[in-house]
Amino acid sequence: MDLRYSESDEKFRAELRAWLDDAVPAHGEPPPTDDWDARCVYDTGWQRKLFDAGYAGIQWPREYGGRDASLTEQLVYYEEIARASAPYVGVNFVGLLHGGPTVIAEGTDAQKAKHLQKILRGEEIWCQGFSEPVAGSDLAALQTRAVRDGDDYVVNGHKIWCSFAHVAQYGELLVRTDPDVRKHAGITWLILPMDTPGIEIRPLPTLVGEGEFSEVFFEDVRVPVENRVGDENDGWRVTNVTLRFERGTAFASEMIQLQHFLADLIALARKVTRHESHAWDDRALRLEVGHLAAELDALWAMVKLSVCRANQTGVPGLEGSAIKLYYTELYQRVAELATRVLGRAALGRSDIGDRPNKMILNKMLQSLSLTIAAGTSQIQRNIIAERILGLPKERK
Amino acid sequence: MDFRLNEDQEALQDGVRSFCSARVPHDVLHELAAGEGFDRALWRELAEMGVFNLCLAENEGGVGLGMADAVVVFAEMGRVLVPGPLIWTHLASGFIDGAATGETVVGGLDLYSVDQAPYVIEHLDQLDVILLLRREGVFRIDPREISARAIPDPLDPLTPVHECSELPKGERVLDRDDAMQFRLEASVLAAALQFGIAEACQELAVDYAKTREQFDRPIGSFQALKHILADMFVRQEIARAAAYAAGATLDDPGVGDVLRAASSAKLNAGDAAHKNARACIQVHGGMGYTWEVPAHYYLKRAWVLENSFGSIDEHAEQMASLIS
Repeated sequence: MDLRYSESDEKFRAELRAWLDDAVPAHGEPPPTDDWDARCVYDTGWQRKLFDAGYAGIQWPREYGGRDASLTEQLVYYEEIARASAPYVGVNFVGLLHGGPTVIAEGTDAQKAKHLQKILRGEEIWCQGFSEPVAGSDLAALQTRAVRDGDDYVVNGHKIWCSFAHVAQYGELLVRTDPDVRKHAGITWLILPMDTPGIEIRPLPTLVGEGEFSEVFFEDVRVPVENRVGDENDGWRVTNVTLRFERGTAFASEMIQLQHFLADLIALARKVTRHESHAWDDRALRLEVGHLAAELDALWAMVKLSVCRANQTGVPGLEGSAIKLYYTELYQRVAELATRVLGRAALGRSDIGDRPNKMILNKMLQSLSLTIAAGTSQIQRNIIAERILGLPKERK
Repeated sequence: MDFRLNEDQEALQDGVRSFCSARVPHDVLHELAAGEGFDRALWRELAEMGVFNLCLAENEGGVGLGMADAVVVFAEMGRVLVPGPLIWTHLASGFIDGAATGETVVGGLDLYSVDQAPYVIEHLDQLDVILLLRREGVFRIDPREISARAIPDPLDPLTPVHECSELPKGERVLDRDDAMQFRLEASVLAAALQFGIAEACQELAVDYAKTREQFDRPIGSFQALKHILADMFVRQEIARAAAYAAGATLDDPGVGDVLRAASSAKLNAGDAAHKNARACIQVHGGMGYTWEVPAHYYLKRAWVLENSFGSIDEHAEQMASLIS
């Protein structure tokens, strides 16, 4: 039960911190959230700087351009990235944390050679094409059909909740290749070039009021068979390789950012007046913040424990579901408390005086997606109950 | 860094677990609850196993282990609700003769934050020595020095209590700094007991949900129950991480803030113990409301520990002040 980072971890921390101290301020402020051209330049530009400095793909194998850092170095990396308030992965999210790791795990040599370096260098933006209007939590019920025709699959159907589809060059696409078998057994994982004819992208505005998501429609879209990752009809297994990853350590840097968010909340509470004193003088508020802080510390300890276990087994454990569930609900509680501290000023989404309305309200609204995306909280509870605790499946 | 239990800790856990499950099964709890809520023979056996001298240096007759190891051991004792002033006797083993061997049963009162009557003392009839934990130091008194009234109906049948209105000053046995360290370690050990309660309640509830049938199927197949049980597991794992982190931080204060780690452990493990014990009763349905099913012992002990070595509010306020 040892929490001490090794000397080499600390050496890595010192180097990274020194680099971030210069690189983060030099990269400037992020552009407005609705300026997608500028956001792509900003996010991919930062990714390129990480790559050039040797900090891209911190967990990726060296042969694909990654750093192949130990898991404890990854924890250090997340701690330092958050400490420096470095740019978020942004439009690189799907490529770096989803599509890329899947190609590493299951892709052909040609696929690896074609995509991995480019993702790491910020030269290739990926989007996700998993969910469908009829296949949300029941993802395996997806119906977008792919029929083999010579060296191509011909794809027809409709995807929804495609993050970054309107700016991506490639998509990770789940299609049904065999409709006549049990639903999990007829799915295939494809790399979709987004400039293929027959793709129509329609923006899907969210309750935040900005356009990260799209719906994507497919009409006779021809995807080369060589773009298939894994075997035909083995896509469900291929998908679960990355889903588990997404629920494990993918949230690590955001958890530390949540600690910073709590610090912002305290700073605000010291400024805001309530009943002739500051909100922070209210013991009830301090107690609530104290609880949230205690839970955040425990959550980070739980990530460390999970990472140390994964270090031994090589794959993130099922407890990733517990971490995802706890983190997302905790995030919503912090965001809601911050909104309450704003008081009536929260009725406006742009900053009023020195109150950071925009930051707080964007986080509060965006946080509503956390308990839905990447497996709803209800699905995570089912996974914990059935796969960790061994409870029987519900009778159909 | 390897935050998992090391091999020695796993062996320690296995050893204490098999002792506890053999020696303190649920029917023993019923017997103890019907009697004095304490068993001196069991106390000696715990001492022989090294529960009390665990963290004493080897040249002082101890096992020479650290707080992280003690957290592992106390979690196991929490799982089966071993009764008695475990924390006081463990922490007194270095300066009260006979504590380490189980011959002297040491209890105490935590006056660190609140020092006012009525004073409620646990297990008074069993105590050979009472320690008073105050900010300015730890003081020793003889149980015969105080006049106390037995409370006939303690909340936790395994934690008999007396109340008294006046306390002597006592003889100082630890100074101010050592008293602070005593309090810190005590709150982490309480958190370890609480984590053990949270884990045991989850296992009891899951076992029951797998075997109890209604509507011709195990109740654990219903999603409404599954989600209660999943939340119990999550709380238990959060409590584990916080309690382990506190143990590891007290052993190596360079890795974090000891006060913050202790408060986080006490809050999270306390919450997990309390909520999991409640949920355990709920999952057991009508049986959970009976005296026979031991779920109520867990909730009652969780209440006792919630009021030991810092209340919820005290630790929450401490957390807030440490991060602001």
